[in-house]
Amino acid sequence: MRIGVFICQCGTNIAGTVDTRAVAKKAMEFPDVVFAVDYMYTCSEPGQKEIQDAIASHRLQGVVVAACSPRMHEATFRRAVKKAGINPYMFEQANIREHCSWIGTDREANTRKAIDLVRMSVEKLRCNQALFSTQVAVNKRVLVIGGGVAGIQAALDCSDGGLEVVMVEREPSIGGKMAKLDKTFPTIDCSSCILGPKMVDVAQKENIRLYAYSEVEAISGYIGNFKVDIRKKATYVDWDACTGCGECTQKCPSKKAFDYFNEGLGTTTAINIPFPQAIPKKARIDSDYCRYLTGGKCRVCEKICPVKAIRFDMKDEIVTEEVGAIIVASGYDLFDARVYGEYGGGRYPDVISAMQYERILSASGPYGGHIRRPSDGREPKEIVFISCVGSRDISVDRPYCSGVCCMYIAKQAIMTRDHIPDSNCYVSYMDIRAPGKGYDEFIRRAQEEYGVKYIRGRVGRIYPRGDRLVVQGADTLLGVQVEIEADLVVLATGVECSAGARPLAEKLRISYDQHGFYMESHPKLRPVETNTAGVFLAGVCQGPKDIPASVGQGSAAASKVQALFSRDTIETDPQVAYVNENMCIGCGKCEQVCPFGAIRMKTLRDGSRKSEVLETVCQGCGLCNATCPNKAIQLRHSTDDQILAEINTLFD
Amino acid sequence: MLKRVAYYPGCSCEGMAIEYDQSVRALCYVLGIELVGIPDWNCCGSTPSHSYDPLLGAALAGRNLAIAKSQGLDVVMTPCPSCLKALKTANQVFRERPSEFLDVLGMPFSGDVRAISVLQLLYEEIGPNLIQKAVKFPFKNKKIVPYYGCLLTRPPAFAQFDDPENPVSMDRLIEAAGAAVPDFPHKTECCGAALGITQRDVVMRLTGRILEMARAVGADAVAVACPLCQQNLDLRQDQVNRALKENFNLPVLYITQIIGCALGIDRKTLGIEKLAVKTDALFQSA
Amino acid sequence: MQRPHVLQIQKTCDQEFIKRVERESGQQVSKCYQCGNCGASCGYTFDFDFPVNQIMRLVQLGQKETVLGSRSIWLCANCQACTTRCPCNIEVARVMEALRIMSVAEGVVSKKNILLFYDEFLNLVRRYGRVFETGLVARYNIKALKPFTDADLGPQVLMKGKLALKPHKIKGLKAIEEIFKRFESHRGK
Repeated sequence: MRIGVFICQCGTNIAGTVDTRAVAKKAMEFPDVVFAVDYMYTCSEPGQKEIQDAIASHRLQGVVVAACSPRMHEATFRRAVKKAGINPYMFEQANIREHCSWIGTDREANTRKAIDLVRMSVEKLRCNQALFSTQVAVNKRVLVIGGGVAGIQAALDCSDGGLEVVMVEREPSIGGKMAKLDKTFPTIDCSSCILGPKMVDVAQKENIRLYAYSEVEAISGYIGNFKVDIRKKATYVDWDACTGCGECTQKCPSKKAFDYFNEGLGTTTAINIPFPQAIPKKARIDSDYCRYLTGGKCRVCEKICPVKAIRFDMKDEIVTEEVGAIIVASGYDLFDARVYGEYGGGRYPDVISAMQYERILSASGPYGGHIRRPSDGREPKEIVFISCVGSRDISVDRPYCSGVCCMYIAKQAIMTRDHIPDSNCYVSYMDIRAPGKGYDEFIRRAQEEYGVKYIRGRVGRIYPRGDRLVVQGADTLLGVQVEIEADLVVLATGVECSAGARPLAEKLRISYDQHGFYMESHPKLRPVETNTAGVFLAGVCQGPKDIPASVGQGSAAASKVQALFSRDTIETDPQVAYVNENMCIGCGKCEQVCPFGAIRMKTLRDGSRKSEVLETVCQGCGLCNATCPNKAIQLRHSTDDQILAEINTLFD
Repeated sequence: MLKRVAYYPGCSCEGMAIEYDQSVRALCYVLGIELVGIPDWNCCGSTPSHSYDPLLGAALAGRNLAIAKSQGLDVVMTPCPSCLKALKTANQVFRERPSEFLDVLGMPFSGDVRAISVLQLLYEEIGPNLIQKAVKFPFKNKKIVPYYGCLLTRPPAFAQFDDPENPVSMDRLIEAAGAAVPDFPHKTECCGAALGITQRDVVMRLTGRILEMARAVGADAVAVACPLCQQNLDLRQDQVNRALKENFNLPVLYITQIIGCALGIDRKTLGIEKLAVKTDALFQSA
Repeated sequence: MQRPHVLQIQKTCDQEFIKRVERESGQQVSKCYQCGNCGASCGYTFDFDFPVNQIMRLVQLGQKETVLGSRSIWLCANCQACTTRCPCNIEVARVMEALRIMSVAEGVVSKKNILLFYDEFLNLVRRYGRVFETGLVARYNIKALKPFTDADLGPQVLMKGKLALKPHKIKGLKAIEEIFKRFESHRGK
């Protein structure tokens, strides 16, 4: 082989502590190296041209570049050598920056190490083989998991772009948390007024197929070719027949069903439509409260339904959809305030969560839009809002800031002062986070225009006195304890990952952080992609954020899918596992450890069992290779021989 | 279930809280728990020893644990939460600063003798169900509020017992004795503790708050599990009345006295007559 | 203790003091983000000169004199409300205890009557092995020049047999004395 070695100075990043000239000189002594040089910025255009010219003039068959981490520029250099006619996998990059020049300032030691690193890369290259990608067809349909505002935006954008969309939503209606809000900050837009038309679009567009009250059961396949099993949960109502007239809800005798949409305030009927603008606007029977399903008596709804849509014998149904890409927009849940025993959430009825208060404020809420105390229905005059309940709190395992509570509390305080002009509103806060457009001005408005009193300091305890609640807080700016006798206390509960987020991630084979938020490929530069090819993220499932950011990510994810589907085929990565069937003993351990389901056992004609790699699904992690007792399964471009060649040369 | 524990009464049980000691012994006897007194036990040092160095208090308390261990006992029960804190701190200091601790203590120490409160013994080892079955004279139609005090369940990582904000162990035991337990918001609020003699005004205010809340929820009596809380709420109730211009008349009994009465142990044995605020109304049927 | 009005931070911030507080209390004071929860939960704050969250702030800024001379640290009853509620998992009560201990060592205790009470308590433990309550109240009252404190309680506790009139001496007094002596010599180091 004829190998060329290029040592990058990277300005002073490398040359500052490594004698690149000496490294290049030493490299000429390595076996098969016929050309070695150092250069200021190898990744630059002239730098790349140097490499390409050298390949031509010295008839090089392989290239080693010693520079930054391959995570930075391996793709760049592979493209460069490919242009010059060399297979991109006959290229190796030695990291003499992050792993060498950046560690210390001992020039001699660094230069010695750089020489070793280059020698290792040369030895590996000598064992490399040319690798070639294959093309697979792309199924231009996209699955959107989650029908909140992020998922809705992603679905609409994909649909506008001519793609077929399958949307799966866990709740009986789409709309997510935004559908529960009364008004949105900072414009005080009515939430259902701005979301409603989008929800209707999702229902009416020809190329969007909506599965509501359904969940993803299983996913198999790979980018361009996913197979998704969807569980349509039993609603006990035939949604093809149901017109959403609501007659059944009027006559249902079981009136104490838990009202999920109204956060447990007030009750609803066992058969119900969650809210007036629900999409799909169909009835569903809650089997926990239905008198027939629990006790065998009733069936009134069946009798009075004008279109005979009730189906008590309905069971869950599994349907299968095939898609080429998946957008995960599964949203979030809110922190359970009952964890804070000192606040009395769950113990005192007038200590409520902000989402419960949002439902109280809403005209379609449990009190028809009139602000009332849950305990006695009285209109409250003294209301305390408490920020950071379940956020920025290590002691309850939620160290992060939820990003939206400062704004929504200000909104709720403004709405309260609007509804009840003689009310006194107090906000207990530690800091104010208001970074968006018009956000800080909104907080100022709450204090200056609406007279909301902001008190800097956490609340220690809430306890009842008579029929009111004593809020014992602090004003750290004054250095005093503050006592407020409140009629109502609203807790700004923070954002946490959705229930079921972790199991869903495992079905999708994507990663999540310690708080259950899904991991993006790069926190700064690739916020809507995951490390699993073909799976994209949008909205709060990726991390706490407000509505504009969720909508933005919905569109971003859609554009990633559009880009993916802009060609009819996609190239696969050839750095995948392969099986040497002569050495495979059919133990099946590789199949068990593969996190991606990319290995199958097959039976040969002679009856022996062998392992088989599904190259398009394989992500090249190497777990199978590490597990195989016989080393029959190897990872292309990181074979045992190649790795051992690097190690062995160090001991020569 | 524990049948035999080392018993560390603490200094107040020989003096101001003598009826607590009496009722603990009587109750444990009836429930079949053998209390093995730690021979020649010494004062644990309580709060005062902590003003110089936790090491002094740890050593003073540690001596008692070491003696218990040498008697072959692994669990020490004490009715006083402050003593309990001192005993547990001895184990903690032994873990954090073993050589210094052993230097000052001057005797062998294993660090594996567990210290529990009498409340923990009654709730975790015996349990409200067993007690309810043995009740002969339930406190029918009486409301008794459980006042836990600040140390029994706080801080949660140290106490490792019940809940720091809304504990229920004493509630369940009172219910087992037949009384109703109204929701009591000040279960773990501090009564003023040891500042009774040096800063009486502080105790007046804090104890007064607790009595006020007990009265507001309709209590006929207050149950306690701490000699200092009992002293502040019961013995000093008159002082509170004078200081706050109030007229509280709430009997304050030890939880062991309440359960003991419900089980039929005679009141003299339980030391009922030693309480400051008269208890006659409590024992009259409604 | 006087509240500082103009803080010349560079002149008054004692870094060694901060390190010593952290060492003795086992807590990292930079974790405190000054939320005020401890101050909001403190039942004794009404009589403090600095609420407990401001004591933490003063420690963060190394204001040794102000903190060690404060009333707050001595009026603190160690009731653990602050530790229980701190969202940053700081054991605030342990910081207060460390400050009490340091103020004794530096001889700047503000509430001398409280220290007097503790000292009398410990003297009795040293002498008898157990606290002789009657003796404690008597000795404290005399030394604090408040002879009639709790005199109103005297008659009833006497009649109910709650007042021991003679101290009980334990047998292992020697062991107790040695614990005290070894502690004093350890502290002297």
